[in-house]
Amino acid sequence: MRTRFWVAALFLLPALVLLGALVVYPIGYSIVRSLYDARGSGFVGVRNYGTVFSDPGTLTAIKNNAVWVVVAPSITTALGLIFAVLTERVRWGTAFKLVVFMPMAISMLAAGIIFRLVYEQDPNRGVANAAIAGVHDVFSPSSVYPGARPRPGADLSPSAGGSYTTRSTARAGTPALLPLVGIPETNLPSTAQQAAAPRGGGSGVTGTVWLDFRPGGGGRPGVIDPGEKGLKGVTVQAVRGGRVVASARTAADGTFTLPATAAGARLRLPASNFAAGYGGVDWLGPTLVTPSIIGAYVWMWAGFAMVLIAAGLAGVPRELLEAARVDGAGEWQIFRRITVPLLAPVLVVVLVTLMINVLKIFDLVYIIAPGATQNNAMVLALKLYLTSFGGGDDQGVGSAISVLLLLLVLPVMVFNIRRIRRERRR
Amino acid sequence: MTTAPVRSATTLAARLASRAGGGLLRVALIVIALFWLMPTVGLLLSSLRGSADIAASGWWRVLTAPSQLTFANFRALLGNSAITHSLLNTLYITVPATVLVVVIGALAGYAFAWLDFRGRDWWFLTVVGLLVVPVQIALIPVARLFGDIGIFGSITGVVLFHTAFGLPFAIFLLRNFFAEIPRELLEAARLDGAGEVRIFSTVVLPLGGPAIASLGIFQFLWVWNDMLVALIFANSDSAPITVALQQQVRQFGNNIDILAPGAFVSMVIPLVVFFAFQRQFVSGVMAGAVK
Repeated sequence: MRTRFWVAALFLLPALVLLGALVVYPIGYSIVRSLYDARGSGFVGVRNYGTVFSDPGTLTAIKNNAVWVVVAPSITTALGLIFAVLTERVRWGTAFKLVVFMPMAISMLAAGIIFRLVYEQDPNRGVANAAIAGVHDVFSPSSVYPGARPRPGADLSPSAGGSYTTRSTARAGTPALLPLVGIPETNLPSTAQQAAAPRGGGSGVTGTVWLDFRPGGGGRPGVIDPGEKGLKGVTVQAVRGGRVVASARTAADGTFTLPATAAGARLRLPASNFAAGYGGVDWLGPTLVTPSIIGAYVWMWAGFAMVLIAAGLAGVPRELLEAARVDGAGEWQIFRRITVPLLAPVLVVVLVTLMINVLKIFDLVYIIAPGATQNNAMVLALKLYLTSFGGGDDQGVGSAISVLLLLLVLPVMVFNIRRIRRERRR
Repeated sequence: MTTAPVRSATTLAARLASRAGGGLLRVALIVIALFWLMPTVGLLLSSLRGSADIAASGWWRVLTAPSQLTFANFRALLGNSAITHSLLNTLYITVPATVLVVVIGALAGYAFAWLDFRGRDWWFLTVVGLLVVPVQIALIPVARLFGDIGIFGSITGVVLFHTAFGLPFAIFLLRNFFAEIPRELLEAARLDGAGEVRIFSTVVLPLGGPAIASLGIFQFLWVWNDMLVALIFANSDSAPITVALQQQVRQFGNNIDILAPGAFVSMVIPLVVFFAFQRQFVSGVMAGAVK
């Protein structure tokens, strides 16, 4: 029974009006607009497309988009597959899936802020660098007083490898005063004590290493004034003829005592006292910014891949797997030869969905990439936004970028239409 | 490859779990889950620390110094009228954009599933084609269009844009679901003399409940979480929370006491919706693959 025309029109009209005005018409408009100049008044032919493919900024964006489209979907899908396989039939697999899937529910803005925090450079603040610094410190402990240097005029001069050595030789009974500066007072441990003059006497060589800076001013250079703190834990070596003959560490008040054998040697503060602490990986620097943002994306979308693949996995016939096992196939073989091929359609859907999604990536890049490296992280959707709205005012090039994005999803569009047509003929 | 004996456990995971390596699998999964949770936990704990603590050390410090925990940031945030205003805007944008997509999508979905009119298949294939059209193609033209009719910068404009771009998926999902309704049910209603509008509202809509729920939740989260569309079509008065926070990101570093709780507040509703309606959300997401 053919429905009366106006009945059908009534049901379809709101949808068709909105789709026509805000989706279909804009496609035509953008295509035409991309052939005009920045102000939209002069026809320039394909020059805007020439700009897209020659401007270094957009070229970086195209290159980064290519990296995104290749890397992000494959890693996300691979992780999704691993998670789906691992959690199948694990009793609390659902809880695991919930945790991994959860980031899907939040905005890319929130995810962006979350990962700005994760990627903070300072290992004291960013959890990614804190983890790496933790591992790093196990192998090369960072020094206690990075950046410290002798007070100018003191009896210490730079020696090999960033160490400092006294010009005069140490004598038992004459305390060696080794004043340092260049450490912010706030960086001292809270247990730092008032520096003390070393106790003379005995046969050993004594001395003090202290921060020769008096908060509030009024300190005399090279003299231990009240209020100046001793530097605890500094290594002091006695060196004679290039060989270390004795070594000691300073106490909380900065004093140290070397055995009598140190008499006549020069005192050296080895470089290990001053080596800069581990600064952390520059996640959002020029080279790593795109991989880092891709990491945030994988965190968000692995759950999506996992859930779809798990649904596909549930459809794999058990008898087939059993049969293969009876035939003596190993688990890895079964996975490679049976499970993955049977999952292939699902894997393709996941990959294609993620590719389309990644092609339009915008929020994550805009939020996570700091101003300094935004150009290194540039992607097409962000370039479009910046060119046409945020600052730039060239809607001609912006339109060309948008048409380029549309062209890139065209194959999927055609594929979808064909698939539905085939299904409907059946 | 060695031969494996047949067991009742039939999957790789189950077999791993049943061996000595089972403990290993369990530990691996727990580690992965913690790893996945950590960024979000970091955000939450950061939002619960004062700005001085945030500047001095990482959020994990709070685990050994729980006295750092404070609701001061949240109190300040919710006392900030710009933020609460933008939260309300998010609501004013999301609810209409969701309702409109569901209603208009259901009407069209019904027409494509059960009404017989000229060019039906052709129209439907056009809608399928629109599924993957990137929003970027429409930003410049629609900004101009909205400017011409005077709704650029308004909540109305943002809602209409979201509705239009939500429609292809809505129509696609609902048509497929409605088409599965047994023909006899509709025929019976027609024999009873019901018109198309009656059939739509008394037969199709109630039966379409699950699909409508999936669509509604999917669209709700989609719009709630959007930043790009609002960045362009809203102005400072109609901007949702995502845009309000985005403007803070430029000074990232010294305003984490605003950004962290702000991001968390913006996540609360989506997370509640997500946990309350996981099943519908998952089926919406699955149906939305290749969007």
